[in-house]
Amino acid sequence: MIELAIGIILGCCAIGAGIALIAGIGPGIGEGQAVAKACEAVGRQPESKSQVTSTLILGCALAETTGLYGLIIGILLIFVAPGSFVGILKEAMTSWGAGL
Amino acid sequence: MQSKRRARAVDILLILLIVLPLAGAMTLKVLTTPDAPLSEGVQISGAQIYFTIPMPIQDLPITAAQVNSWAVILSILGVCLYLTHGIKVIPDSKRQLAAEWIVDTVNRLVRSNMGEKFIGFAPFVAGILALSALSSLSSLLGLFAPTSDVNIILGWAILVFILITHYKLKGGLWAYIKGFFSPIPVFAPLNIIGEIATPISMSFRHYGNVMSGMVISTLIAFALRSLSQTVLGWLPGTLGKIPFLQVGLPAVLSLYFDIFSGCMQAFIFAMLTMMFIATAAPEDA
Repeated sequence: MIELAIGIILGCCAIGAGIALIAGIGPGIGEGQAVAKACEAVGRQPESKSQVTSTLILGCALAETTGLYGLIIGILLIFVAPGSFVGILKEAMTSWGAGL
Repeated sequence: MQSKRRARAVDILLILLIVLPLAGAMTLKVLTTPDAPLSEGVQISGAQIYFTIPMPIQDLPITAAQVNSWAVILSILGVCLYLTHGIKVIPDSKRQLAAEWIVDTVNRLVRSNMGEKFIGFAPFVAGILALSALSSLSSLLGLFAPTSDVNIILGWAILVFILITHYKLKGGLWAYIKGFFSPIPVFAPLNIIGEIATPISMSFRHYGNVMSGMVISTLIAFALRSLSQTVLGWLPGTLGKIPFLQVGLPAVLSLYFDIFSGCMQAFIFAMLTMMFIATAAPEDA
């Protein structure tokens, strides 16, 4: 029985990590639009290329933040959460007195 | 002659101050790393705990991140002392020119982003910039980068948050409280969450970038090792055990993840610090 429970925990952690990485869509779209606009700006005014580039990199790094939140959640779900969840489960099983 | 010799001795001492902390951190890491069996699966862990100090409420663990952070701080101190040693009114050495260039660049950055009245923040901004960039770059020496531990960055971000709150309170306590209830009182919970989110978002941005780079490089290095074991495993003897495919690609990735990403995040952290503090201050103060 406990094998099934642990299997469900591991599987759900993996699925959750996958769902958390959907957060990568937003920054992808946003950074793509930012780069497109930056290309337009450089095309219109090639002399302002260095300023446009530095502003673009700063903006891209800011837009990346929401994606990184998803990434951190995903990494936590893969590397940290399964161990602690299984520990909680085992503790609960022993405190209930159920034979493992 | 005598003074020249003394100046050279001081120089050597300062260079030792730059090199020794990093070398010490590397030695500590080499001495305390447990012998992990190479054939087992990929292992990604947080900062290694060197020892714990017993404390009344909770034991204080001294981790690799803290030790490396202090090593980087000492090295930066050494660099500053080395660059400013023996400065003259009319510069005649390259290192004084380098020091003047650094100070001038940071001053210009602060002046263009925060305005003339915040020029006193230039040392603080330079400190954050140097500490953050060199902490990320210390992973090139094989150390655990302090910036891939959220506790270190959260400490810096809380420091910045205290500064922001200090400058907001300069406009008066009543104005600070009233700021939460604008434009209408219904927004108060959102405003409070937004206020607390500032340090969290600043720290998670930096830490997430550096740590995700570390995780991805580790995964790719591990995948390349497995690949070379399956592809080149037929070679006789120890020749088959050497992961030839690991040569090349990790170095290119390190160029982006360690160098570009680390420096970029350091710059962004400093930029955000400057912008938040400059916008928090009241107009007339």
